[in-house]
Amino acid sequence: MVNLEFNVEACKSCGFCVKVCPKQVLSIGEHINKKGYRYAQSDNPEECIGCKMCAAMCPDAVIEIWK
Amino acid sequence: MEQIFMKGCEAIAETAIRAGCRFFAGYPITPQNEMPEYMSRALPRVGGTFVQGESEVASVNMVYGAAAAGTLAMTSSSSPGISLKSEGISHLAGARLPSLIVNVMRAGPGMGTIQPAQNDYFQASKASGHGGFRTITFVPGTLQEAVDLTYLAFEYAVRDHNPVILAPDGFIGAIMEPVTLPDFKEIPETPDWAAIGYGKRGHINLIKSGGATEAEQQEINESAAKLYERWTREDVMVEAYHTEDAEYVFAAYGTSGRICKSAVDELRDRGIKAGLIRPITISPFPYNAFKNLDDTRVKYIIDVEMAIPAQMIEDVKMGVEGKIPIETVLSSGGNIIRTSDIIQKTEALVKEG
Amino acid sequence: MEKIYTRPNALNKSVSGYCPGCMHSTITKITAQVIDELGIGERTVCVLPVGCGTLGALYWNLDMVISAHGRAPAVATGVKRVSPDSVVFTYQGDGDLASIGLSEIMHAANRGENYTVLFINNSIYGMTGGQMAPTTLVGQKTTTTPGGRNPDTDGFPMKMAELIAQLTSPVYVARFAVNTPAYINKAKEGIRKAFQNQLDGKGFSLVEILSNCPTTWGMSPIDTLSYINDNTLAEFPLGVFKDREEEQS
Repeated sequence: MVNLEFNVEACKSCGFCVKVCPKQVLSIGEHINKKGYRYAQSDNPEECIGCKMCAAMCPDAVIEIWK
Repeated sequence: MEQIFMKGCEAIAETAIRAGCRFFAGYPITPQNEMPEYMSRALPRVGGTFVQGESEVASVNMVYGAAAAGTLAMTSSSSPGISLKSEGISHLAGARLPSLIVNVMRAGPGMGTIQPAQNDYFQASKASGHGGFRTITFVPGTLQEAVDLTYLAFEYAVRDHNPVILAPDGFIGAIMEPVTLPDFKEIPETPDWAAIGYGKRGHINLIKSGGATEAEQQEINESAAKLYERWTREDVMVEAYHTEDAEYVFAAYGTSGRICKSAVDELRDRGIKAGLIRPITISPFPYNAFKNLDDTRVKYIIDVEMAIPAQMIEDVKMGVEGKIPIETVLSSGGNIIRTSDIIQKTEALVKEG
Repeated sequence: MEKIYTRPNALNKSVSGYCPGCMHSTITKITAQVIDELGIGERTVCVLPVGCGTLGALYWNLDMVISAHGRAPAVATGVKRVSPDSVVFTYQGDGDLASIGLSEIMHAANRGENYTVLFINNSIYGMTGGQMAPTTLVGQKTTTTPGGRNPDTDGFPMKMAELIAQLTSPVYVARFAVNTPAYINKAKEGIRKAFQNQLDGKGFSLVEILSNCPTTWGMSPIDTLSYINDNTLAEFPLGVFKDREEEQS
């Protein structure tokens, strides 16, 4: 079981996390944060294997992970 | 206290160490090389650091770093080198970092010559870099004064959180005179504001030479302006020599000042009431010393500078407020003002009546 | 549950001022992780440049000194020489380090100053709006090379890691990228080594990290990832150019 936590206010919608996720867990959602960015979200949390590639790739340290 | 015979540059360097300076970075340029050379020998002996920078630009920025880490630091150079350091001096003033910059002035502009001159008056007193900052700027007339002012410079630097400039002309830097050196100061603890790692402080320190916003920058400027204002009330230093009854008053500083002193003595021997106003700080400038002259008695002010065109004369004019005519005796290019030229000029004015 | 990826403490809680997808953020983050992992935050001083890297002033949870453009290595020399127990690093872009600050970096490296230099090379002046840098690729369009960088008049990209590795004093000089998770992990290890060298009193370490500038490159953040792969890496090979430790072993 892996838990991804997004600090959505820090997300700038660059899409790096979406691109590197090997299991297509993530997407850029429709919601908009205070800075006006559509932020990343987890669509298929049950598919997450906790590889941390999304968090490593995220420039803005948006994603923290529990396993 | 014991008097010792020392060269100007070396006396300044030794005094700086006694005043607590523990970091020096500099770059070779004549006529100030004795200062970095002395520091390279003397600083390590007291646990200090000497670095020969790859340029004046690097040297003054090393001083910026050492000062940011809370150590009393200085650099020295000569006119063209000070132009290069002006970037760093502006940053030191912007960040309000205690430090000392010594300019052993030579002739200019451009490469000029390596001989003594006073062509850097405006630069030293008003614009040692961009951004409209000020420093206290000392212009010693003797080596003892150079020693005393160097000691004082570090006290003021710490008191004001600001760089201080000492601007001896090349003559003062090069001559030897007996001096009495001050005692070694105890090195203070690293100040709270220094950037050395936040440790147990509980907050971070950020040393920066500009504001993050327009409002912050204006606040920085306003706070600095208050400091500069205070100097004009409290820190003006000037020597008035036989001005009480003088009819001919010389305005001169540094080497020109000491030469004028001899001229005053000789003219008085010849029955001419001469006097001298010798600024010791050119920033803040002693305007009142000129303002307070009795214009019903003083016939002429004679501005004597080793600078062509004259520079300090602009400040003298502001002090005199047009009430007394001003004449000049000037030299430049590294030519030292001659006492005989000053006397000749004065006697000519006396003859004119 | 165990936390397996954490935002580092060497960064504060605010959102960085860097553009979306800017790898300044990535490099800052992994450096902050290294500082956390080495447990050196409380005695670290970050010497910031002039350029986008200056924005780190709002972001690092460390003591900082902002230096004049290009002068960070000189400023860091002053800090480290008077406070040798502090862990000092400069964080400089390519305009800052390779152009206006070329003299300062070369001589600091040559003196073997015992600090760490992080050199962020994105082949362009970002803060000022996308002008040519010494590291701009041949043919790359910038606001001052509208027809692309022409080597006949503008010269070729300067390879700072290779240049500095030629000097005798530096102990570790390497180049990394951060456009894939694997590269990021390697870069982080290089940064760690560059800090460890300083902690061990070994001397000067420089880590060059290839970065991007989506804004002035005029492409989406995602597109910069492949641009680095296809173009930047072809000009700036990754690798360790000098490692005193390996030379001795």
